[in-house]
Formats: sequence, C-alpha cells, structure tokens
Amino acid sequence: MNAVAHQSAPQSLNADLTPPLSALQAMVESARCLYCFEPACVSACPTGIDIPGFIRRIADGNVAGAGRTILSENILGGTCARVCPTEILCQQACVRNTGEERPVAIGRLQRFATDALMGKGGHPFIRAAESGKAVAIVGAGPAGLACAHRLSLLGHRVDIFEARPKPGGLSEYGLAAYKMADDFAQRETSFILALGGIAVHYGRTLGETLDLDALSADYNAVFLAVGLGNPRPLGIAGDDLAGVEDALAFIEKIRQGVAAPILGRVIVIGGGNTAVDAAIQALCLGAGEVVMAYRRGAAQMGATAWEQQLALTRGVIIKPWLAPKRIVGEDGRVEAVQFERTILADGVFLSTGEVIEVPADLVLTAIGQGLRADDLAGLAIDGGRIVVDNRYQTGRPGVFAGGDCIKSGLDLTVQAVEDGKRAAQAIDRFIRN
Amino acid sequence: MADLRSSIAGITAPNPFWLASAPPTDKAYNVRRAFQAGWGGVVWKTLGEDPAVVNVSSRYGALLDANRQLLGFNNIELITDRPLDLNLQEITEVKRDWPDRALVVSLMARMEEAAWVGLVKRIEETGADGVELNLGCPHGMCERGMGSAIGQVPELVEQVTRWVKGATRMPVIVKLTPNITNILWSAEAAKRGGANAVSLINTINSIATVDLDLMAPTPTVDGKGTHGGYCGPAVKPIALNMVAEIGRNHVTADVPLSGIGGIGNWRDAAEFLALGAVNVQVCTAAMVHGFRIVGPMIDGLSQWMDDKGYRRLDDFIGAALGNVVDWNSLNMNFSAKAVIDQDLCIDCGRCHIACEDTSHQAIRVVAEGGKRRFEVIDQECVGCNLCFHVCPVPRCITMRSEDNGLPAMTWTQDPRNPLRAASA
Repeated sequence: MNAVAHQSAPQSLNADLTPPLSALQAMVESARCLYCFEPACVSACPTGIDIPGFIRRIADGNVAGAGRTILSENILGGTCARVCPTEILCQQACVRNTGEERPVAIGRLQRFATDALMGKGGHPFIRAAESGKAVAIVGAGPAGLACAHRLSLLGHRVDIFEARPKPGGLSEYGLAAYKMADDFAQRETSFILALGGIAVHYGRTLGETLDLDALSADYNAVFLAVGLGNPRPLGIAGDDLAGVEDALAFIEKIRQGVAAPILGRVIVIGGGNTAVDAAIQALCLGAGEVVMAYRRGAAQMGATAWEQQLALTRGVIIKPWLAPKRIVGEDGRVEAVQFERTILADGVFLSTGEVIEVPADLVLTAIGQGLRADDLAGLAIDGGRIVVDNRYQTGRPGVFAGGDCIKSGLDLTVQAVEDGKRAAQAIDRFIRN
Repeated sequence: MADLRSSIAGITAPNPFWLASAPPTDKAYNVRRAFQAGWGGVVWKTLGEDPAVVNVSSRYGALLDANRQLLGFNNIELITDRPLDLNLQEITEVKRDWPDRALVVSLMARMEEAAWVGLVKRIEETGADGVELNLGCPHGMCERGMGSAIGQVPELVEQVTRWVKGATRMPVIVKLTPNITNILWSAEAAKRGGANAVSLINTINSIATVDLDLMAPTPTVDGKGTHGGYCGPAVKPIALNMVAEIGRNHVTADVPLSGIGGIGNWRDAAEFLALGAVNVQVCTAAMVHGFRIVGPMIDGLSQWMDDKGYRRLDDFIGAALGNVVDWNSLNMNFSAKAVIDQDLCIDCGRCHIACEDTSHQAIRVVAEGGKRRFEVIDQECVGCNLCFHVCPVPRCITMRSEDNGLPAMTWTQDPRNPLRAASA
C-alpha cells in the first residue's frame, strides 16, 4: 500500500498512474534486491520470471539483458509490469517485507527494464528454423499473443484471428487508461509481432466469420484464446434502463477515445479491479460522485487492498455490504439503485432486509464476464469455462485453449500469458509427434 | 565524558582525529575550516622545493558499490602545486591562530641531504609542531626519485630520517608506504634513523577502474591514465594489518604510530587505536563528506568509550594487539558452529547457496508450511563464518563456540603437524 500515496490524482485519463523509474531510482531500488536463492518472488510469479536475475542485470548496468531475462519467460512483461497486482504476487513474497515492510519495487523495475529494451528497437529473440507447421490462434489478447510468440519462436507459422479491429484484447480494451498510458498495448503488440512468423487477421469472429472445424482442418493445431466475451447481467429489475452500462464497455469507450464527459452521480456495482478501473476513470471523466457498491465486505472484494486504497485516495466512495436489488428510473432512464444491506453472520452472507436507495445518473456493472459458449462447436464447458487437460488440450484433439476462457488460476494478464506460453509448448510437442 | 586528548611524539591535540597530508590540507582556507569543524590536527599537504610541481586534470578514480557509495578511492595528484613561501606563510598564520591544534608539515625532497635540511629549516621557522616525511607517494613523484622511490628502500628511509633528525628540534614522523613486501623493514629503518613516530599507510599502487569506452584506466588524462594511490574504506584491512605487524614486532613496538587508511567513522578509528595506533589520520572520508564528518567521529568514539568505561584513549590503545598472533599460535581444538535464529530469518536462502556451492554443504533447506527453514548441519559445519557474513539480517546468524572438552592446542603442538616441535 505504500506505493499508493506517492501519486496525485491523474491529471487526465491517460496520465501514467505509476511513472517510470528514473535511472537513479532504478539503481537504488535494484541495489535493494538481495539476490535470494530460489526465492518466493519467482514462485509467486505465474510466469516464473527470474526476478533476482533481471534485477541483478539492472544493477550491473545491463538493462537490455534484464529486459531479455523478463521477456524470455513473459513476452508481455511490459504490460504485466504495469498492471500486475504485484502486491499479491511477486512483491508480496519479497523477503524485504520481513523486517522492513517494504518490498523491492519489482514491478517498476520490470517496467524500467522492458521499456529500455523495447526502446532499443528491433526484437531480442530469433526464431528457430521453420518447422513447416502452422497453428491457428483465435484471439489476439495476452494469451493468444503469448502463445503465438512462443510458437513462432519454436519455428511454427501462426495465423491469429481476432474479432476486433485491434490486437491486445483486454490490454487494449479492458484496462484502465492510466495503467496502459501512451498506447502501450499497441506498441507492445508491434514489438511482439516483430519476431516474424505471425500474421493477424482482424474482424474474424468464431461462429460468424470463422469456423472451428475449418480451422482444425486447415492447421496443424488450433489455440482458442477467446477470453470471456459476455458481460454477466445483473439480473434484477431495471437493469435494462438507459444509463445502466457494462463497465468493460464503458472502459472500452475510454480506451478508444470515444467516451463522453460524465455529469452527475455514478454507481459502480462490483468489487473487482475492473470496478476500481471504472470508478476512478468515471471521476476522471467529470463525475460528481462515484460510489462503488459491493455486496460483501472489503475483505471479500476481488480488488486488491492496493486497488481499494487507490480508489479511496482518488475520491471513490466504497460502500460494501450492499446487494443490488432493483434499479429504479423514470422515462426509461436510471435514477437510483436500491440495495439491501448484507451482513456476514457465522460465515454466511445474509440480507438484513434494510433497503437503501442510492441515487445515480449512471450505473456501471462490473460483476464479471462469461464465456460466449454458443460458438464453441460443442467443446466441453464447466463452470462457464472451456475444459482443458493439463496440456491445455480440449476434448477435441489438436484444439487447445488458454487465458480467461479456461480456469487455470487467477483471472490476470500474467496468468493468460503463462497459459499461452505453456499451451505453445504443448502444441509444439503435439504437432511434432 | 571520555577524555579524547591525544599525544604523539610530544605533539598534542584535543582529539585523535587528524587530517592526513592530502588535498584537504593544501592551504590555509581548508585547514582553518577543518579546525573550525573540530579536527584535532592536520598534516599539511606535502611541501617540496620550488619550483612547485604541476598537477594534471583529472586526478581521481573511484571504486563504487551498486549504490554509488564509495568503497575505494584513487588519486594521481602530486604534492602541493603552490609556491613554498606561500605555504610557509600560511602555516605560520594558521598555527598562530590555532595553538591548541596539532599542525604537522609533510615534506619530500630528492635524495640529497641539503634538500631535506633546507626544507626542514624553513618549516621549523613556521612554528609548526612537527614534520612528516613523505616517503610513500606511489605515483609521479617516485618517477622523480622521491616518495615511494625512497620509502621502498629501507637504507634510504633510514638515511633521510637521520638527515632530518639531525637538522631539527621538531618531532619527526616517518610516513611509510605499503607498496613493499614487508612493512617491518621500513619501520625498523625509520626507527634506526631516529624517527619519533611512524604513520601508515600511504596509498597503495592502483588502477581504480578501466573506462571501457575510452579503453583507458581512470582517471583519464586526455585518453591516457597512470597508476595512482589507492585509499578509502577498501584499504583499511591492509592498513590494520601493517599497524599490527609493527606493534607486535619487538624492534618497533615502542615506536609511536599514527594510523591511516580507510578511516570513515569512530569505529574504524577505535580499531586502529586498539591495534596500537595513538591517533588516526583521515582523508577520503573528509573528501567525500566534508570536514563536518569529524563531528560524528568524535561523538561516536566518546560515546563508545563511555559505554565501555574507558576514560582516556590510553585505556584501550593497543588493547587488541596481544590477541594478534601468528597462525600457528591459534587453538586447533577450538570449534564454532553457525546458529540461525529462525525468528529473524527472512527466507532469502543466501546462507544455503553460499555454503552449498562454495563451502561445506552444512546448511540444508527444509520445506515448512510454504516457507523454507534453513538448518545448520552441525557435523558438517566447520565454523567458517561464510553464512554469517552473507546473511543480510544483523544477528540472524551467529557463531556459537562449542565446548568440545578438548584442551587448547596450537599447530606447533598438533600431532597432525608433520613438522611439529617437541611436545610443549
């Protein structure tokens, strides 16, 4: 939480939340790393980046080498440096927490190194000899890009089919602008594609302009990295009123530069990082008051303590223990949300029956997304995710899946990257057999 | 409050912290500021015969740690580059204005009696408290037959000391160079020549770093560099050893000694005094931090003495010297084992990997509830101290001496020694 206080509120939507470290800051911070042996920070990283190794390279003045060390395990290391909840991953495991209560700023050092490497131009890795094999990837988000990069590195040709007009997935459309300043998702994608061997085809949606059977027939393997395309509906009366909007769609408009200024009061329903991203950006867009309402307590929120603190210091009003019951409006337009107060009693969440009405001009729902399962040609689905085996293969031979559309770990960019990387290794073994 | 008054060869000072002959003591302006800051004495930067030398640009190299903290320092500056008369006039004025501080003047000359005698006579007229013979400068001046060119030859050390002693009533301190094979040869030569005290160490021959763009040693002078004189924290262990060698050599044991080399705080100074130095000289720390650094030095030494019950410097000067022995006087039967305080352990694994890869495989890793537990295997631990030093947490790893019931036994008595003397 210590890192929250050093920022002032973003001046604009696109101001960098956490500015890059200066060379001096990187020197001082890298010297704090104890170069631990087989440390917990590495095990805490879903992609297993050699954290002491890259930090030692920074301290040694080999910043490009530090960047390569990071990207060799996590090709989206630049995005992860910006958006990873390091406070529950690597930095939470840093031994400097013990005794000093201040971990090494691993995320910021990672950004320092990856920025420097990407700033050098070119691409740091070289493809293996052409294998003559081709893989289709559906979705150009973090999982798809990570898988494509690794497959190409291993010598395979990759075609990515992306429904949207731009690559990046949630990096481009779903994360707060202040986390991905300066068009980073697009810059990173260009950097990844500079490896070669990867073609991206836009406007291709599975079930509409793309067919899984055809892909299976035309390619040696298919990797599905379709994410979770369906916003979960509130399912309460009034959720179809004008002024009730999906938070991700709201963020997408901001990220694509088409968001309108907000006048009035905003309620964000949900307790995850997307809810925080939406709430803070609503304030940036001019909202007079932003309330983040969550049906359980702060401890149960998906948003990390750091994110909650960030929201509070930016002026978001967090109201836990409020379960949405009804959205009320007039002339088809939202005017307020009625909540029931909840409590935790003997480990069970109960409604107290007390109804609270909070006025709103805009309601943003951030209660999660679901799979667009209708277009998946009969693949097994469990808990709303595509079922895969421990090699990322679906029930259908040669069809693999990873990222948010499967259940592999935390729903984080870094997990999607790891899925993509490991799926690529599995696909490589599959198509070489 | 502890009494910090100090005296060497009859030269007194309110505290044992002197500035060494070096750039900080080149002129009255600096020396007055140093005295104002509280330094007990200064050794004025080395005087030579006119015409004064000419210095180059640039002059310093440095060994830095990852945080740019200075570990070692190197210079290629020569002696004072100001006219002799100007220096002598300023010395006279400063000594007149600061009578309670020690003001010793460093000098060097070619290997001719008249040169040394001529200089020392002029210095005596200033009212300075004493002279220090610079027989150690390892760069530039030695190429002209001075500095370490003299200090490296014991016969010349003795000769120069005798010339100067014969020419002055002032106490004579001989500053020794560490760029020799055995410090005792020059220390004994100084004593034979009549030195009232010795000071050491002068700087060590060195190349601080190599500029990998210029492909030249630093400091670079128009693309070229030369070896310089190394000082700063990194040289302290070398200096401590030489100070101890002189202190425990029966020929030189009674020669008062001024300790120099990497003294950056009170603890460093206390270590030199514990090994027999009666005062210390400082340069690098002042060059890095300014003269104000003497404040924490004085205060720290005083506090430590109060805590220990030492009322004056003599109470602990030389106190550690008796415990410096030859290797073959160590107790072969002594045994210590590393002990890891599990409550302080932060799980970095440094002790384990250091021991596993480079020592005795005596620290094992035990998985314990998601955390690792590092355990010393007593049978394998030789008490080498490596883990103790690599552990980042103070007092987490300590060395516990083990009562193994064996009597003290030196290597000379050890049956495993094929050359052992008759049993004691």
